[in-house]
This record gives sequence, C-alpha cells and structure tokens, in this order.
Amino acid sequence: MGNELIDKYVLFRHRDVENIHQIEVYRANDGYRALEKALKEMQPGDVTNVVKASGLRGRGGAGFPAGVKWGFIPKDIYPKYVVVNADESEPGTFKDREIMTYNPHQLIEGIILTCYAVGAETAYIYGRGEFAPVFRDHLQQAVAEAYRHGYLGRNILGSEFSMELHLHLGAGAYICGEETALLSSLEGQMGQPRSRPPFPAVEGLYAKPTVINNVETLTNVPPIVLHGSDWYRQYGTEKSPGTKIFSLSGRVNKPGNYELPLGTPIRYLIEECGGGIIDGKAVKGILPAGASSAIIGPDKLDTTMDYEAMAAAGTMLGSASFIILDETVDAVWAAEKNVKFFKHESCGKCSPCREGTFWLVNVFRKLREGHGTKQDVELLETIIEQMKGNTFCLLGEFVVPGVRTSIDLFRDEYEALAVAEEETTPGPAKDLIHTFF
Amino acid sequence: MAWTEKEQQELDKILKKYPPDRKLSAVLPALYLAQREKNWLDNDDIQAVADALDIPVTHVHSIIGFYTLFRKEPTGKYMVQVCTDLPCALRGAEDFYRRFCERMGLPPTGGTTEDGLFTVESVVCLAACDKAPMCQINLEYFESLTDDKIDQIIASFREQAKIQQ
Ligand SMILES: Cc1cc2nc3c(=O)[nH]c(=O)nc-3n(C[C@H](O)[C@H](O)[C@H](O)COP(=O)(O)O)c2cc1C
Ligand code: FES
Repeated sequence: MGNELIDKYVLFRHRDVENIHQIEVYRANDGYRALEKALKEMQPGDVTNVVKASGLRGRGGAGFPAGVKWGFIPKDIYPKYVVVNADESEPGTFKDREIMTYNPHQLIEGIILTCYAVGAETAYIYGRGEFAPVFRDHLQQAVAEAYRHGYLGRNILGSEFSMELHLHLGAGAYICGEETALLSSLEGQMGQPRSRPPFPAVEGLYAKPTVINNVETLTNVPPIVLHGSDWYRQYGTEKSPGTKIFSLSGRVNKPGNYELPLGTPIRYLIEECGGGIIDGKAVKGILPAGASSAIIGPDKLDTTMDYEAMAAAGTMLGSASFIILDETVDAVWAAEKNVKFFKHESCGKCSPCREGTFWLVNVFRKLREGHGTKQDVELLETIIEQMKGNTFCLLGEFVVPGVRTSIDLFRDEYEALAVAEEETTPGPAKDLIHTFF
Repeated sequence: MAWTEKEQQELDKILKKYPPDRKLSAVLPALYLAQREKNWLDNDDIQAVADALDIPVTHVHSIIGFYTLFRKEPTGKYMVQVCTDLPCALRGAEDFYRRFCERMGLPPTGGTTEDGLFTVESVVCLAACDKAPMCQINLEYFESLTDDKIDQIIASFREQAKIQQ
C-alpha cells in the first residue's frame, strides 16, 4: 500500500482502498471518524488549532497556512461561509479532479470539519464548468449519500451543529480560480477580481466572512483531525509538512498524479515516478507550477519539492503541476503557447494584462513566422517589465516569470529567430501597430 | 424556445441553494438550463433567463460574453473540444487536432461540419494533461485518444444522432 516513500496514501486513499468513493467503504476505513471525534470531543477552536499545529499549507498555489487563515474569521459576524476552490484550471494541474472523482467523501468530511471549525453553516464547492460530468456522476452522489447518513443537514450526528453543502459550476474562465473572482462569479457577476482588502475572511461571499480553500487542502483535514498533527508531520519538511499531489505532464514516459512527501527531489518525480524522459532524451526545462511558472533548467533537478527550496531555486511550487520539456522541445514555441493561454484568459479588467498579453502574442508570432529582429526580443523583455507589478491581479503577474526565464535560459533560440533586418525606427514594428488598431 | 415549465421547476430547485435575496447567484445554472436543448442561446432564451431571475437582460448578455461555455451562435449538436494547450501539445495534441480536423473535412482551425452535427474547436487545459490527446464532447471526457479511437467515438455519435431523428 502507499508507495515507496509513504506507507499509506494520505489523500489518494482510493489507490489503497478500492471503492472508497462509496460511503460504506469509506466508513469502514476510518471515514467520518474525524467528524465524530470533532463533534463529540472537540470545540471548534480545537479543530483550528490542530490544523494550525499540523502546518498544513494551502494547496491551491500560494501555500498560505490553512489554520492561520481560519483564525482570521471574525467570531461575531453571521452567517459565515466556506467556499471550496475546485476551479483547477492552471495548465498541467489535474489533481483535484482525481480527488473529487475517486475519494469525494474525504473532501466532503474535510469541508464539514472546516465549517465546524469556523462556525459556517453553508458551504459551496465551486468547480470549473468543464467539471460538469465530475460533479454530476461523482460528487453529487457522494454529497447525497452524506446527507442520507446524517453527516450533512440538520443536527449532524445528533449534535447542535447543522450545515448545508451545495455544488456550483462556473462556465469556463481561468480567472475564476482567483479567490475574489471566484466569489464574484458565485454571486452571479462576471468573474473579475476584487481589490483586497477587504480580505474574504472578513468580507467574502455576499460580503460575509468566508474561508476559501483548495480541494486538496481540505482533503488533508480529516486525517489531521483523526491522527493529530505529529502524525501528519511524519511526512514533509519542518516548514512544508505533509504529502502533496504532484501532477506530472509533458515529455515523460508515465505522466500522472503522484502523491509524495513534500521535500522529495524533482529528479525522483521525473525518473522514479515518471519513468524518465521519452526516448531517453535529456531534460531541457521544468515548469513546476504550470503555465505560471518560472522555468528552471536541468541543473535544478536535485532541488527538493517544497515551498522554500523551490523559491530558493528561483521558481515556486504553486499547485505542483510539473510540466517537463525535453531537448526536442522548441523553447520559444513553448513560451508562446503559455502566453497565448494568458491572452485568452485575461479578464480584460486592467490594461497592463490585457494589452501586455496582446503585444506578447504578436511579437511571439512575428518571431516564429521568421520576421523577427533583435529588437523584437528586447521588446518582449520591455513588455514583461511593464507588466510586472502593474497588473490588478496575479493573472497578469503570472505571465512574467515564464517569458523572463525562457529568454534567460534559451536566449540563443530567441536570437536564432531574430533573422530579419534591424528596423531603423525604434519601437514596435509597423505591422504590429497595424494589427493593434 | 427552450424555457418551459420543466426548466422553471429545475430553476426553483436550484434557487434554494442561495439566500433568498441572492437570486443572481443562479445566473450560470439558469443559462445552462436555457442552453441545454439546442446547445446555444437565442434572444428568447436570454430574455427567459433575465425574466426568471428578475435581472436586466444586459447583465445576462455580459455574463454570456464573459464565460466561454455559453454561445450565442448556432453550433453543432455535439461540441468537440480538443485540448491543444502546452502539456497536451507536448504529447502530440496539435498534430492530432490538425489530422482530426482534416478527416472531419474542416480547416485546420476547426469549425462546424456540413451536416451541422459537430462543431470542432481547440481549447485550453481541461485538467486531463496526463491522458493526452484528449477532448470533451458536450463536456464528457474522452482521454488517451488515437486517430482510430476518436473516429470511432465520432461514428458512435453519428449513429446516436440518426437514432434520435
Ligand atoms: C489567476 C489565478 C488562478 C488561480 N486558480 C486557482 C485554482 O484553479 N484553484 C485553486 O485552488 N486556487 C487557485 N488560485 C489561488 C486562489 O486565489 C486561492 O489562493 C486559493 O483558492 C486559496 O486556497 P488554499 O489556501 O487552500 O490554496 C488562483 C490564483 C490566481 C491568482
Ligand atoms: S493541457 Fe490538455 S488537458 Fe491539460
């Protein structure tokens, strides 16, 4: 059971226990025991405290300590909400979908425990619209079962605690994964980010105190409550405790989700889990956090996959969506793909992001179509410099590191495309201006 | 027109999920209901949603414009959305998509087949990157595709459409 690094799965328990998506099977394997324990033996604050002590950090990207976030919820304002981020739209990320499909009850139990901890009586799971079949065929069934067994609804397990859990689907927009945009979307608005402060903990859904956590984050909660924080800390590092699901994609032999202790080296993920690179080729670049990543080179293969070490290596762990480029991949093409993604997904609210991604796509196209000059490579750098720190939300900011590091690591490939005559007038090429207006 | 008693009843059920003064929260679910029958939204459908939720029709239009899963133009009975985003493209999804479009008699960028059955388009990541090439057809997942496999799937949808006629 488990794998070579963990003796039992903490999150992907369906890989150890067949049919754990069925409530009977889940219950026969410790399922809903954490909830029973919490309702019988623990005050809400105790639940928050054990999650704080576990050091669990948010798995949606930013790595903020979950228990600390719950602690920000004001006590005396009602109602309060828990909103689960199941938007999972970062290219290269496909872990939440596996949890919701095969181990939905552990997520549901985590949500109930979170509501109990912060005093919320309503929770929503917000999924990307494309997850309609996942919700309909898997999650909805599990939620209905949980209601039938008295884990949801009025007076849960005979206690004073009552809550409702609802499912809500978005409709195709990456930006709705950003927590404030998600709340706008759930309120029936366009999914555009709001300025912070106020933070959702104080003024979130319907302007009420709201906890927003990622699916994987909350799936950690039942085992933490049941087994305690020391047990949880047997895996991972001091600052990045626990296990994490790594979504591995790109040029490896065995792409897929792998649950490993935080702090495992990248090389292990690629070679032991992923079976190495296709045709035995060499690694060229690694995007550890999907399209938003700063790319790192093969010299960083021994970096350990935890929040601190990845930051020290000049990138970030983010949602741990490792996209692997090998030596056969055209680096400029790969950077252009990601820039096109962000142009497509820019919500248009702020001009540095809307215009910046527009210009980047045009300059990339010009380079790749063989009309590029040296000035165009510089232009790419100028555009990202102008975007950096100037966009309303992080979406625009996410564009910068990928382009920056792609040029830094693979400058020769960019320069090889700068084949056209230097333009005599400085600034953007005429054909670009033409397409702009 | 797609908004009937049935849709209204379903919407009433959906509205129970949100606080009574927050009907607007049901705008996406309501649009899904309105779009269900013919896969796109005409002006009557849009007006029906605005009326059912008691909101300005301009707001419904801006919502439709913002989210990619709603369409104001007629599309095929089956929306075939092939992911060609970076992780999938690293496993051959772009060439797979080009070949698929060609066999469907469509330009390399996709489009709607002459019989109006299929609208084919390339889309960004669908959270199935380890099973590339992949697509969704009316949002159902089809993964680890080959040319043969997708042709068979298309053929079975053609059959299904024939039976339904
Ligand atoms: C552009 C953008 C997209 C995001 N997409 C997601 C997403 O798909 N899923 C997710 O859980 N968090 C996403 N986040 C992070 C959320 O804003 C938020 O930090 C997270 O839901 C908090 O939960 P956690 O603390 O459990 O990670 C995104 C952030 C940004 C800026
Ligand atoms: S890139 Fe195609 S599903 Fe993720």
